[in-house]
Amino acid sequence: MAQKSGMVEKGGAGVWLTHLLMMVGVLVVFFPIWLAFVASTITQPEIVSPPMPLLPGDQFWENYSAALLSGVNVPVATMLLNSLVMAIGIAVGKIIISLLSAFAIVYFRFPGRTTFFWMIFITLMLPVEVRIVPTFEVVAGFGMLNSYSGLILPLIASATATFLFRQFFMTIPDELAEAARVDGARPMRFFIDIVIPMSRTNIAALFVILFIYGWNQYLWPLLITTDPQMNTIVMGIKQMFPSGDDVAEWPVIMATSILAMIPPVFVVVSMQRLFVRGLVDSEK
Amino acid sequence: MEKRVTFKGWLLPLFLIAPQVLISAVFFFYPAGQAVWQSLFIPDPFGLSAQFVGLGNFEFLLGDPYYRASFATTAVFSLLVTLCSMVPALFLAVIADRLIKGSGVYRTLLIWPYAVAPAVAGVLWMFMFNTRVGVVSWYLGQLGYDWNHVLNDNEAMGLVVVASAWGRVSYNFLFFFAALQSVPRSVIEAAAIDGAHFWRRFFGIVLPLITPTAFFLLVVNVVYAFFETFGVIHTITAGGPQQATTILVYKVFADGFVGQDLGSSAAQSVILLLVVGLLTVIQFKYVEKRVHY
Repeated sequence: MAQKSGMVEKGGAGVWLTHLLMMVGVLVVFFPIWLAFVASTITQPEIVSPPMPLLPGDQFWENYSAALLSGVNVPVATMLLNSLVMAIGIAVGKIIISLLSAFAIVYFRFPGRTTFFWMIFITLMLPVEVRIVPTFEVVAGFGMLNSYSGLILPLIASATATFLFRQFFMTIPDELAEAARVDGARPMRFFIDIVIPMSRTNIAALFVILFIYGWNQYLWPLLITTDPQMNTIVMGIKQMFPSGDDVAEWPVIMATSILAMIPPVFVVVSMQRLFVRGLVDSEK
Repeated sequence: MEKRVTFKGWLLPLFLIAPQVLISAVFFFYPAGQAVWQSLFIPDPFGLSAQFVGLGNFEFLLGDPYYRASFATTAVFSLLVTLCSMVPALFLAVIADRLIKGSGVYRTLLIWPYAVAPAVAGVLWMFMFNTRVGVVSWYLGQLGYDWNHVLNDNEAMGLVVVASAWGRVSYNFLFFFAALQSVPRSVIEAAAIDGAHFWRRFFGIVLPLITPTAFFLLVVNVVYAFFETFGVIHTITAGGPQQATTILVYKVFADGFVGQDLGSSAAQSVILLLVVGLLTVIQFKYVEKRVHY
């Protein structure tokens, strides 16, 4: 990224105008989050008699503890835990099975290699949304409804990670594998001592992307968790709205929405560089 | 692309690749096969037996005005989501690119919405435009505009489009910003010396140079609008009013799980598979081009 030289930049008013436009853009993009935050710090009567205030109130602790400890159907703390298990399970599971299969595909010649390669490749094309009914039946058949394995397993077989690692392994110099072979190192030694440490950055970048992917799942948990105890937070918010004409508990619902976005936002913002890298890598 | 140096043995690699192959077989190939198989049958109302109808489900679907309407809805929806997420993102990226200092801070702030799940984004926007308590709908009311996305088709579509596009603005911004930063400064300076002013430089030089990124984002955003916006629609409109926001993925869910019309839902899955396949081919063709670029 080249530093800009002063030649094409305007000084003075131009720069301020640019900052101003940028701030307006950021404010507009941020407004929905701000409003949710404000709503999570005021009382129900303040919300149901519009317009609600645009500055935070003093009900922060009341609303957040009400959400975390009792929620509407189930305490939000439980949903947060479920989401955490699901997101980490998906991210770690995908990374492990992809590392192993990419290593096998790149460093071995074995019968069926091409067939397996294409098998994995084709799964790129099958988002869970288009095969929900039969996948649901499979999971129900295994008795995995309302379980963590049911939440995680169907979502960990994606080819993206395998491809990413395959691309990366191809760039590892042949001399390293040659040296390992001459030294009589077994393949798994080479894998653990050389390949994995070299892939550290890729693994971390992928983890960020996959964690968010797992955390933000909606349709799949909606289908297979009929027991509120197993709800994840992202799908659980919708369940907090009453059916019929009852009035929604807005402050609690909005507190839950804020809680639902804190972990992924934290991961993205704190690991920004890795995140951008993971994004660019996984879309290539 | 093949490695010259490989290890011997075939048992170990089969063992290594087994987990992924097994999971793909159980949760991808078997269900996808089931979808194709089920699409050829109509189950009786009690689910006890099924009657083979060949391509009957497909024939029925393609003649079904509701299904055709859903196709049209999906087309309009994806087009609008793509436009509404790419144009503001490009605009913001162009502004950020002009800043020497501070663009990092703006980038950090603009990334946030990407991390927000579509379903949560749906709840946030639904709250703003809620007919009873929404702030934005209340102020619109003060201005004399009676907002009601529960009854009005166009307002419902507008709301799900904006809620879906919102998080994508962040995503597109990152890619546009990176592309703009990699445009060689020397080229732009040369044009500036020749007297080309900002917009002239932008349309004449910068835009053509970032076209590959724009095209890539176009495909990715269409795929997003097709398959990842279920959460937004389910939380805001549930496909309504009537069928005004029932996109194809939503209809698979509505017919399969709510309507229990398994044959039709399976046939819709198969049609969607074809659509995904087509989009993937386009994506790969393009990626290949970009590699040779």
